[in-house]
Amino acid sequence: MIKNFLDRIKPNFEEGGKLHAFRSVFEGFESFLVVSNATARTGVSIHDAIDSKRIMSIVVVALLPALLFGMYNIGYQNYAAAGAEGTLWEMFLYGFLVMLPKIIVSYVVGLGIEFIVAQWKKEEIQEGYLVTGLLVPMIVPVGCPLWMLAVAVAFSVIFAKEIYGGTGMNIFNPALVARAFLFFAYPTSMSGDNVWLSKDQVLGLGNQLPDATTMATPLGTLGGGHATDVPFADMVTGLIPGSIGETSVIAIAIGALILLWTRVASWKTMLSVFVGGALVGWLFNAFGPATAVAQTPWYEHLVLGGFCFGAVFMATDPVTSARTEGGKYIYGFLIGALAITIRMLNPGYPEGMMLAILFMNMFAPLIDYCFVQRNISRRAKRAQNS
Amino acid sequence: MERTFKIRKGLDLRLEGEAPLTLRRPVRPSRCAVGPDDFYGMPVRLLVKEGEHVLAGSPLLTDKATETINVTAPASGTVKAIVRGERRKLLRIEIETDETQESVDFGTLDPRTADGRQVTELLLKAGLFAYFRQRPYDVVPSPAVQPKGIFVSAFSKMPLAADFSFVVKGREDDFKTGLLALSKIAPVSLGICPEQEDAAFVPAEGCRVYAFDGPNPSGNVGVQINHIDPVNKGETVWTLGAEEVIFVGRLLRTGRLDLTRRIALAGWGVNEAGYVETIVGTPMADLVEDNLKTGRNLRIIDGNPLVGRKSGTDGFLGAHSTEVCVIPEGDDVNEVLGWAAPRLKDFSTSRSYFSWLMGKGKKYNLDCRIKGGERHIIMSGEYDRVLPMDIYAGYLIKAILTGDIDRQEALGIYEVAPEDFAVAEFVDSSKLELQRIVREGLDVLRKENA
Repeated sequence: MIKNFLDRIKPNFEEGGKLHAFRSVFEGFESFLVVSNATARTGVSIHDAIDSKRIMSIVVVALLPALLFGMYNIGYQNYAAAGAEGTLWEMFLYGFLVMLPKIIVSYVVGLGIEFIVAQWKKEEIQEGYLVTGLLVPMIVPVGCPLWMLAVAVAFSVIFAKEIYGGTGMNIFNPALVARAFLFFAYPTSMSGDNVWLSKDQVLGLGNQLPDATTMATPLGTLGGGHATDVPFADMVTGLIPGSIGETSVIAIAIGALILLWTRVASWKTMLSVFVGGALVGWLFNAFGPATAVAQTPWYEHLVLGGFCFGAVFMATDPVTSARTEGGKYIYGFLIGALAITIRMLNPGYPEGMMLAILFMNMFAPLIDYCFVQRNISRRAKRAQNS
Repeated sequence: MERTFKIRKGLDLRLEGEAPLTLRRPVRPSRCAVGPDDFYGMPVRLLVKEGEHVLAGSPLLTDKATETINVTAPASGTVKAIVRGERRKLLRIEIETDETQESVDFGTLDPRTADGRQVTELLLKAGLFAYFRQRPYDVVPSPAVQPKGIFVSAFSKMPLAADFSFVVKGREDDFKTGLLALSKIAPVSLGICPEQEDAAFVPAEGCRVYAFDGPNPSGNVGVQINHIDPVNKGETVWTLGAEEVIFVGRLLRTGRLDLTRRIALAGWGVNEAGYVETIVGTPMADLVEDNLKTGRNLRIIDGNPLVGRKSGTDGFLGAHSTEVCVIPEGDDVNEVLGWAAPRLKDFSTSRSYFSWLMGKGKKYNLDCRIKGGERHIIMSGEYDRVLPMDIYAGYLIKAILTGDIDRQEALGIYEVAPEDFAVAEFVDSSKLELQRIVREGLDVLRKENA
């Protein structure tokens, strides 16, 4: 039935049809709704059932626990700051209503650009943005205004992805580029003590908080030179202020299990990030300066801030990470090590995950180069000896 | 036996309709056809005209450059049609076969006393030389270049592939004679699977025998070469299909060209799968007649579903084909939201579907849909997981796509043939036509190096 309907309206979108300007959008929806029955012409006659739609939707599913918890936490922090009582559903619904516009803005702006580019290049729409579009709202503070989100998304889709040729060709993780853009363009809206709370009522839900209410993240407190009094249990469950999706280690762990089990993400990268972070954290604990941040136990560093979220969802992005199997260990290890080092030594800003991953995105090709070059020299040597 | 190689990378996939080890009624076709496409990379000159009478072993085509490599008629009969395609490209020569078969007498040759030169000349004359392939480039070799070795694989783990142990039954002597003859040209390496270690066709002397224990594509001769003695730049090795070694042995023993081979007829789309004795170039229609399932669009494949070519009832059995497979085409299937569905009957190496739950023995009925749009290479390591060679497959593919010839050489393009990428093409989530890409890369490289 759906197929018949699509076949009926299809001519409108083809060359010369009235709606030709929306060809890419139509094709995107058509292939989304009905699997194309195009069959193989050359090469293998049969194909694995996997495709990039499936892979991207697995990542989206893996993100859901962290997203849902993030929504709940928005409400929880609002009610906690107001000192008001609220049921779990009230808090969740409030967070949902705060979060929804952000997700919509991210998808509309990002997918809009993708559709235009696909139309212009006469290509199919690539699914990569389904993941990026959900990641971006999850890694910004709840106080980030919608227009900033829109600008950042547009910037990153155009300059971090499309100019390289689209999904699969980009060097930097587009979601992190969006965050880095916000961070450097609007630093006051991205860090400090004033951005981690949603202060307005939405549709009668939640509590109106005075503008002066502030709330520091544990890392913010540490960066200010004070030890944090947040219990370790809260750091793990995630009932602490922070970027929307990053706080709950449990929710992220569920996502990590999904990604690892389906092998969409590489366990080598993920594990190495934690090993690198733990090792450097431990080194600072043992030999570092007597600052509050350096003396925070290494295991707390691993669960604080964006470390877990970055390790699970960002470092493992197959496009921007190292592509050789051996390279993945080094790539992941250096991300973890760098992220904690930045945290420990950077006085201004106590979070290092974003910069560490972007930095290693840049070096991933170099790491791969070394591994591929070893294969090349082995072959060259063999040719010489024979 | 020299040694056993344990192979870990790869993928065994079983499809419905595997051919049971039984012989069906032999097919004696009333016509047959030979085309230059089966003898890749050899520009040919046509030697016959329509209406001419030929014997089995009479030359039909010869290579333009040296006029020494002949392609000969698989059966005696009258040249009925010379079929050309676009821009008068020669597609095939069709022969109406005689009732009683006659063949050119090439004279017998004792492989124990013959030297390499004599064997090569006999193979050239009888048209069997054109069945060789060489690495690099995966083309018909030149007899003027001495190969470093000749490699033969006696098994295939491709889905629905013919079982050589059954094909060779009763022809062990031909096979051994063939190997002995080849060993006069260059050292011969035979790749077998562990189950074949004590088989009667494995010779005790005259060639080096290696066993390969592992999943598909461990039976690919390219994978075996890569493990035994990889091809370096400037070196040449020859490969020959195991069934074609039987042709060689038969030619030496009888002095006549007899291209009768046992092929597997398999796949969901055939009612009765099994093995059929027939000759090279038999019409597909004769092979599958009255044996096809009805009700669904079917695809007849000349070869197996991973490496074979799409054919049809108007097609002919290829010179190198060891099986004919019939599977559903799938262009009549409209799957709503298929990418999100559980797809319990479909196969995937990804654990985001459920075929990992079904165990290794489950047989699938896959159709020919691509099930996804073509994308840039997104996932990493997909190809490497199923390509048991010391080669970075993803990087090699990218080097080919960007036309970087130096890098292709450095990454080992001389060691590969398109078929080695078949399993990678199957699992690829970006749905790239890897075999076509590799073929085009090899063609460009060959032209540049010429």
